[in-house]
Amino acid sequence: MSKLRLILDGIVKNNPTFVLVLGMCPTLGTTTSAINGMGMGLATMCVLILSNITISAIARFIPDKVRIPCYIVVIAAFVTIVQFLLQAYVPTLYETLGLFIPLIVVNCIVLGRAEAFANKNSVGASALDGLGIGLGFTIALTCIGLVREILGTGAAFGYKFIEGDGMLAFVLAPGAFIVLAYLMVIFRKITSKKA
Amino acid sequence: MAKPSTFGNMVLSLSIICLVCSALLGVVYSITKDPIAAVEARKVNDAIAAVLPQFDSTEYSEDGESQIYIAKSGDGIVGYAIKVKTSGFGGSLQMMVGFQPDGTIYNTSVISHSETPGLGAKISDEGSAPRAGVRGKNAATANLTVSKDGGDIDAITASTITSRAFLKGVNAAYDVFKKIAPAPVEEQGEVTSNTEENE
Repeated sequence: MSKLRLILDGIVKNNPTFVLVLGMCPTLGTTTSAINGMGMGLATMCVLILSNITISAIARFIPDKVRIPCYIVVIAAFVTIVQFLLQAYVPTLYETLGLFIPLIVVNCIVLGRAEAFANKNSVGASALDGLGIGLGFTIALTCIGLVREILGTGAAFGYKFIEGDGMLAFVLAPGAFIVLAYLMVIFRKITSKKA
Repeated sequence: MAKPSTFGNMVLSLSIICLVCSALLGVVYSITKDPIAAVEARKVNDAIAAVLPQFDSTEYSEDGESQIYIAKSGDGIVGYAIKVKTSGFGGSLQMMVGFQPDGTIYNTSVISHSETPGLGAKISDEGSAPRAGVRGKNAATANLTVSKDGGDIDAITASTITSRAFLKGVNAAYDVFKKIAPAPVEEQGEVTSNTEENE
């Protein structure tokens, strides 16, 4: 598999949100605006790349029966590091993402990639897989956040271009489900044509 | 793929991983400890500065669950910033209320909230009806409840519960203020504010 192929697979063929449908909790919870979605995506991507690299490097030394606890400890350590860094240097983003940062630990994408890819492949390939899946997640969350923000508040990335309140339902929980479903349909439509 | 599991190597590998991870976390924690404390302190200071007139120094004290910051300029007290917590529509609502020494509300600041975006969340906006409404009012003389409950303050449209919570916080802060202010407001006999029963 070529390197580019590996990254593209993460974004299109194995897109974690639209194809694998993993990590729905942060997807629905944090995408109230494009910036929040992007922040969550990038935070997850950092954890994913770091955990993929580490796990592919140590997988050979871990006895089979305790591999999941080992992976979780590694992932939790990286999540906490990202949390400390966000809290210290990007406090505004940390405040909006709040509870969802610690929840990256139990995000199925991260553990899923560790189990499905990182422990069978080389360090380099795992890093690229983390990058691809992370980018796919970030792009998906940013799209959902952008659509919800535009419809819900008439703004994009915090820049308001329509006066007034917008359709509030889209910023609330039901809007998350509706937007996710429609974007998933559009994504499937486009990718199935190609294949 | 992986090694066969024996009791020994399972214990060993988990211990090593935990040890390395905790060491790593310790290092990152010690690096980020100071910046995080600075960020927290700045947030509180910004809130105090927002709710009180110009001051030089603050003095900190506590009363139950509320934090009190007495702002001084030279020797004179400029005002009291009181941080209180109430529950709004979506969860806890933390806010700071600034009183001038005579009990007049100088300004308010919402530190954190989890209200509905687009509705109750407007409470974080300085110009929102209840926040503009309480500015310059004195809780001893004005009835700080929403007009729906017979008070003097307009609620945010479609967010009466949030507005009520906010005003409840203001009144709670005023109760704290009454306890700590050295020379309470010059009024004969404590006018029990009829604000509490309305909730």
